Amino acid sequence: MLDEAKLTLTEEEVRRIVQDELEQRDPGARKAAFIASKGTLDWAYPPLILASTAAASGMDASVFFTFYGLNIIHRDYEKLLKVSPLGNPAMPMPVTMPNLVLGLPGMGPTATTMMKAKFRGKNVATIGELLDSARELDVHLIACQMTMDVFGYDQDDFLDGVEFAGAAAFLAEARKAHITLFV
Amino acid sequence: MTQTQIEVDAELDARGLSCPMPIVKTAKAMKELAPGQVLKLVATDRGSVADVPAWCTTTGNELIEQHEEGDAFVFHLRKGA
Repeated sequence: MLDEAKLTLTEEEVRRIVQDELEQRDPGARKAAFIASKGTLDWAYPPLILASTAAASGMDASVFFTFYGLNIIHRDYEKLLKVSPLGNPAMPMPVTMPNLVLGLPGMGPTATTMMKAKFRGKNVATIGELLDSARELDVHLIACQMTMDVFGYDQDDFLDGVEFAGAAAFLAEARKAHITLFV
Repeated sequence: MTQTQIEVDAELDARGLSCPMPIVKTAKAMKELAPGQVLKLVATDRGSVADVPAWCTTTGNELIEQHEEGDAFVFHLRKGA
């Protein structure tokens, strides 16, 4: 028998039923796969922020670290991740400086320190905090075995919880995900 | 819309935190709640004005209301089934 009371649904309930139904038919909406290919401090942020947020939104998220992106999950990421002001006209500088000056010794570390201070000043999470969040949220952090071999890295060089795989493994995940981004 | 006596089961102070941390911490706090329970979230990240409603839609939680209090953004979220 149909219960009269049950036939009245709130807008919220209808929205949820429709959403659940769509996601059951479309599991790709619950999956995100990112590639992190850059090994500088600034470019370490986007893949970690997106993957953590995806996981916090109930999605199964993975990041495949390849080439210079391996820096981000290296045990020494703190030392390895830097920014260079050289050849980056978009970088905000207190005073405009010609590339010739930006190429002088000490300018790279200065720019890195400046950027870290800027992030701290705006209460942006550190890379360490983002890595902790990602691991806590079960984001798969996958190191590209081929580029590890090219750069002479060992599995022990990477943070705890890092997985190791190749292109086929990434594609096997990515083909099931609506969100796939190359950073 | 001001706080018309919404019963709150848990509170999260995310003031001072930037994207993505208010969302990451909200997800964690909501995990601790039972369906139907309400979380009050306070954030200062201007992005949260758009991010919190979007997160609720993605995760099937209900945003009961949101408003500004001084320089802070206040949200009441009800955990979905």
